[in-house]
Amino acid sequence: MSIVASLARATLLEAVRNRLLWLAVVVVVIAFGLAQFLNQVAITESREIQTALLAAPLRVAAVFILAVFVITSMVRELSDKVTELLLSLPAPRSAYFFGKFAGYAMLASILALLSALPLVPFANSQGLALWTVSLVCELLIVTAMSLFCVLSFAQVVPAFAAVAGFYLLSRSMAAMQIIAGAALHDPTLTDRVVNAIVELIALLLPALDGMTQTNWLLGSGPGLSTLGPVVGQTAIYLVLICSAAIFDLYRRNF
Amino acid sequence: MSQRSIAAVPRGVLALLALGLAAQIGLKAAAPPPRAAAEDLPPAPSTAALRLASFGDPVALGKALMLYLQAFDYQSGSKVPYRDLDYDRLEAWLARILELDPRGQYPLLAASRLYAEVPVEAKQRSMLEFVYRQFLLDPVRRWPWLAHATALAKHRLHDLPLALRYARAIQRYAVGDEVPLWAKQMEIFILEDMNELQTARLIIGGYLQSGTVKDPAELRFLDEHLKQLEARTAGRASNKN
Repeated sequence: MSIVASLARATLLEAVRNRLLWLAVVVVVIAFGLAQFLNQVAITESREIQTALLAAPLRVAAVFILAVFVITSMVRELSDKVTELLLSLPAPRSAYFFGKFAGYAMLASILALLSALPLVPFANSQGLALWTVSLVCELLIVTAMSLFCVLSFAQVVPAFAAVAGFYLLSRSMAAMQIIAGAALHDPTLTDRVVNAIVELIALLLPALDGMTQTNWLLGSGPGLSTLGPVVGQTAIYLVLICSAAIFDLYRRNF
Repeated sequence: MSQRSIAAVPRGVLALLALGLAAQIGLKAAAPPPRAAAEDLPPAPSTAALRLASFGDPVALGKALMLYLQAFDYQSGSKVPYRDLDYDRLEAWLARILELDPRGQYPLLAASRLYAEVPVEAKQRSMLEFVYRQFLLDPVRRWPWLAHATALAKHRLHDLPLALRYARAIQRYAVGDEVPLWAKQMEIFILEDMNELQTARLIIGGYLQSGTVKDPAELRFLDEHLKQLEARTAGRASNKN
């Protein structure tokens, strides 16, 4: 257990020393400035425009910063043989994985809170709380996926491409399912095969399209029950991806 | 990089992996399939915003948006009736897509063959007018959709003056060689339906004299049609006397 905590602490320390939190603060300040500028330009619904144009880029920026950090940090550790050193400690490989995951998860929570901070003056408090919790869930899934990809590929470009593809596909899967089912003619064999493939991919992807919705921040905000499916999906997907990543880690010869 | 056998993986991890996979598939399979509802069609963004979002490739965005728009009206297993759509928003979306991809024919096909065929006359008329306005921007490429709109105005709306206005626009503005004679001649047949035989006769005579019709079969057809019209005009004149 102490190894997990030590690894988590070291991972968080690495993020601080890489000035990652400063980068997040700079992104937040730039996004806030941009939203203020657009507020001056908008003729009506300026508060809604400000909120939406602040929330959406901050969410994407948090995902991007986190995925890049997890991947580059893990690749550097693999290249410097630090991973081999850590795995030689008298602890199971899963402890190494959970230590790293815990550190990145703490970082994800900090990034989510930083992203929520500039929204405080504009959004309703309940909606903002749900949005922040949902962003933490979304970032946890991205963290687990980044770890899984970097442990499988051990290279920055393929791992990042896989995570980016996963994130974009998960976010747009519902729209793709609707489009795939929108044939104007009677479906041919090819249509059916394509639809079946789309449905199969949708089964394996998390429902990110239902998470961290900007419209939660506008108006009166949704009820607490909105969080149920988000937290449930996150828990199930974390079990799936973390066990897949540990499976890969156990099979790997260093 | 070599790999250890699966036996090196603790059974708990394998069980968790299987459990996670089953739970994920179960969760997604139990969720209702995503559906687009008619009232969900949002207002169309501005052209400037769409151009910005296209990252310099407006045609690709236009094509993707057309598929997105299509998803609001037809889904396998559950048809959202076109008449439930907000037609002002729909028109704005179609216009934006045409601005992004002016050579694309899909928006006008959808407008004239899908959205203009709803059983709500006001919506039919608004869509036909949309096709007419868009036709005027690029008549040579967009005449087929106004020709279809002409047929709808004549046979569905039974509004011959409207059909005549569209047919006249085709005859006047769709002047390219690729525009077939039947499209240019629609005006004549609508005039006939309106019993404007004299005007129809004059138009056919003008065609024959202008020398624009070169195909012998078409010349013969027009000539015979002119004779028929002259006979009908003469018959009507003698009836009056």
